[in-house]
Amino acid sequence: MQARRWIAIQAVGIVNATSRLIGRGSGTVVGGRAGLAIDPALLAELTSAKRVLLVSGTNGKTTTTALLAAALGELDPGLATNSTGSNMPPGHVASLVAARGASIAVLEVDEAYVEELTHATQPTALVLLNLSRDQLDRMNEVRMIAERWRRTLRSAPETMVIANADDPLVVYAAREAAVVVWVAGGLVWRNDATGCPACGSRIHFEGGGWACERCELSRPALGWWLDGQEAIGPPGSVLLSLALPGRFNEHNALMALAAAVSTGAVMERAVNSMATVHDVAGRFISRPIGGCQARLMLAKNPAGWSALVDLVADEGCPVVVSINARTADGADPSWLFDVDFTHLRGRPVVATGDRWRDLSVRLRYAEVEHVTQADPLSAVQLAASQGAGPVQVIGNYTAFRELLSSR
Amino acid sequence: MSQLRVAVVYPDLLGTYGDGGNGEILAARARWRGIETQLLQASSSDALPEAEIYCLGGGEDGPQVLAAERLIADGRLSAAVADGAVVLAVCAGFQIAGLCFPDAQGTSHEGLSLLGITTTKGRGPRAVGELAADVLEASEGGLDLPRLTGFENHGGVTTLVDGTRPLARVITGVGNGGPDRSEGAVAGRVIGTYLHGPVLARNPAMADLLLALSLGVELEPLDDSREELLRVERLSRASGREGSVPRP
Repeated sequence: MQARRWIAIQAVGIVNATSRLIGRGSGTVVGGRAGLAIDPALLAELTSAKRVLLVSGTNGKTTTTALLAAALGELDPGLATNSTGSNMPPGHVASLVAARGASIAVLEVDEAYVEELTHATQPTALVLLNLSRDQLDRMNEVRMIAERWRRTLRSAPETMVIANADDPLVVYAAREAAVVVWVAGGLVWRNDATGCPACGSRIHFEGGGWACERCELSRPALGWWLDGQEAIGPPGSVLLSLALPGRFNEHNALMALAAAVSTGAVMERAVNSMATVHDVAGRFISRPIGGCQARLMLAKNPAGWSALVDLVADEGCPVVVSINARTADGADPSWLFDVDFTHLRGRPVVATGDRWRDLSVRLRYAEVEHVTQADPLSAVQLAASQGAGPVQVIGNYTAFRELLSSR
Repeated sequence: MSQLRVAVVYPDLLGTYGDGGNGEILAARARWRGIETQLLQASSSDALPEAEIYCLGGGEDGPQVLAAERLIADGRLSAAVADGAVVLAVCAGFQIAGLCFPDAQGTSHEGLSLLGITTTKGRGPRAVGELAADVLEASEGGLDLPRLTGFENHGGVTTLVDGTRPLARVITGVGNGGPDRSEGAVAGRVIGTYLHGPVLARNPAMADLLLALSLGVELEPLDDSREELLRVERLSRASGREGSVPRP
């Protein structure tokens, strides 16, 4: 057993180093896969002596993971975390092997892998952000995920859950847990939460609260909430001063702060550390694209799009929207009609990406004047010529990756 | 009162794939022609409002059953159709417009009986991908529209009964899933299709047909050059999808 584990861990390192050497990507996934093939119990073994915190949800998990890792840096400067967004077991293994001396691991987990990771790593805390539709042609049924989370938490009494009290699907799953810290984590997108996950009746939203019209499911009493930019929780209140833009990132920070403080971090120091997070795996980063100053943002689903469209509409700068529908994006961009693009009216807008034609038709019905340009780099240049200020670029997954790696 | 009311039926239950887009597209295309139009979002907790056109969208299995139960109990949709209302029903909405449809376990549930179709759970993998289909010509009693393009994502197999006419014949993709290669169904002013989500975005002629049916007038053409670019590209892509084997 010991020998097998040793070989598996060596394999992760060697395969990853080789992968980087021959230029086949950063190698986080391929090495992890090799290690798991040799020792399927590797994840449990690598985390047995660590405090593990898992972060999952449809939106904000990469950002929240980065904020939480920053906040816990004072407890363990060498903590393990999968900061690249490789959020399935091979990625977890690779990041754990890369930081073997760590006493804490902060891991982003794909929604569908929460059960496997919880059983393997026996986490101290599990942060559940939100659940909404994402690439439905590949992973259908949001409610099925909520049911799986629920089942998982019933069998993990040692795990403290940091749960978004604003999302009925999260509350439905998390109320099974032995210990829950309820956080007003925000919910931009309610369309997937209007049916009660417990009884099928209707959820009624009013002000910040919500309740099922028939059964007893309702927003729980809050442990943490935001008042403006002030985070309020059991230890008191503190002003968030994030470098990351948008209300949704303040909500992500609140979730991270609640998790960090519940794990033993000091609130003020945690907030100061979170303020140093400027970009998350290239997201929100200001950089030149095609010779023009631009801010690049990633949105993968209707909830993420709604948040970013609101954000860029407030800025008044020219906007580029880039849509692909490759395997990692989901092959069906029907969801474009779930996004309220009307907020972009009056801005210079350029539609690009593989599916610029779909986007152009969508924008026509939202009555957003725009031009089209198939090539994303040329689209950024075109947008820059049409207005002042850094070009705000929003892309879905592969569209974002492509622009991130461009010069 | 508006000249035209378009109701999106139960967006809280039947709205999985951007289906609200169909109502938005119909309302916009009427408005752009100077027709005063109201777009109604008809919540499942309220009585169904009066409208001239109703759009039913797709939904997950649980909400689909709930939507059918509420529409049957409400009774207004069937009454409106009897009075000449136009209905566009896509995906899960198409299934519940029929005589019966299955839930996740395969148990059959009563539909609205607006279309003479029955749906059962398919045994093969879900039908997911680009779908292209030729609409039945006027000489066959069809609607005489250009080739349809869209995306399908469903696990049901739908059979036409009582001489119900299909909307179209599948060129690539699965559609209703039977050996007849049929796609969708039409009965009077009720049109059902597996082309899910905002099917009218890719098929503006179908949107105008629904409007013309409802308004009873010829509509002046709009500049649909953006849609035409999308159609040409999608139809050329669809020809690359393997014709799936029907799964009776």
